[in-house]
Amino acid sequence: MSILLRFDGVTLRRGGRLVFEGMTLELRPGDALQVRGPNGSGKSSLLRLGAGLLRAERGKVERGHAALADDHVALDSELPLGRALGFWAADTNAAMDALGLAHLVDVPVRWLSSGQSKRATLARVAASGAPLWLLDEPMNALDADGAQRLTALIDRHRSNGGAVLAASHQPLAGEWRILELGA
Amino acid sequence: MIGALIARDIRRGSTGATWLPAGFFLLVVALLPFAVGPDRQLLNRIGSGVLWIAALTAALLPVERLIEPDRADGVLDQLSLHGIADESVGFAKMIAHWLTFGPLMLVSAACGAALLSMDERTLIATEIALAIGTPGLAALAVTIAAVTSGLPRASSLAALLLLPLAVPLLIFGAANAWTLEAAVSLFLTAGAPFVTGAAIRAART
Repeated sequence: MSILLRFDGVTLRRGGRLVFEGMTLELRPGDALQVRGPNGSGKSSLLRLGAGLLRAERGKVERGHAALADDHVALDSELPLGRALGFWAADTNAAMDALGLAHLVDVPVRWLSSGQSKRATLARVAASGAPLWLLDEPMNALDADGAQRLTALIDRHRSNGGAVLAASHQPLAGEWRILELGA
Repeated sequence: MIGALIARDIRRGSTGATWLPAGFFLLVVALLPFAVGPDRQLLNRIGSGVLWIAALTAALLPVERLIEPDRADGVLDQLSLHGIADESVGFAKMIAHWLTFGPLMLVSAACGAALLSMDERTLIATEIALAIGTPGLAALAVTIAAVTSGLPRASSLAALLLLPLAVPLLIFGAANAWTLEAAVSLFLTAGAPFVTGAAIRAART
């Protein structure tokens, strides 16, 4: 079985402050790991390390193709949602359907509410085809329907051999391994 | 993906704001006769230099929209996640920026020459010099945009950084020393993707 993400004794320092050290974790196909911890404990940093956007001070990060959903939508605000998502992935219809965005396909991204933007961000990840999803506070701004759709999407992704690493201080539905970060 | 990125940047760069540098360019040129008087011979003699000054100052206007919006919105992060090197992003942005900026400057220069009643020979020489120099100027704009992105008062800082670095282009361009100007322009375009890439990485937190 291939490994989708492996941290081996990773130490991360940001702005001179030690965020965590000696972090070791592994995600295989079907895995789901929730990172928990108080504000400022380095949850987002851990995700950005996994995405290859930050460098570890010590240790090794191995990863395959990953997709990241954080609080940046990264969709062109002047474009209709369908075309904006189309920049990142060829086939976006299934992902838009799964998140209940199909009726917004022609609506410019800047008109979306924060919950709809969150769904759009998640649709960008779902459409990416990446085996590893890195989700930063995925439940934020989602309503009950959105949360349910996301849970279903994550379950489907896992059963298709994907893995999810999510940072959230809220409980997530489904079976998750938990990683607690200190303050 | 690089092609798609260039196409996207051209599309985003071809909105109403595209015309701002052209308007600014013509305004600077139009101010000159008011400042030095409507002496035809004098205007013809200094016209080419004025077109260059106008082009340099106009090059400052787009700097703030080249890199910063994409950094702030996470687009640069997503491009990196799609396996595109930051240097390639810098290259694509440079190409797209020149395409929306260079030809516009050449047309503006022709209009500006009419305002200064420059003769045809001087105009053609200036156009050739601008055609050689604008890629370097576009490369410099993208580089400076990346270096200053995310900083407070980035656009003032960008002006202070860009104008001195554009001096070699100005010297050789205004003197019609085309080979030397081309060498400077080539140096800037060849270096820009690497400096831009490094700056994008350094700005990532």
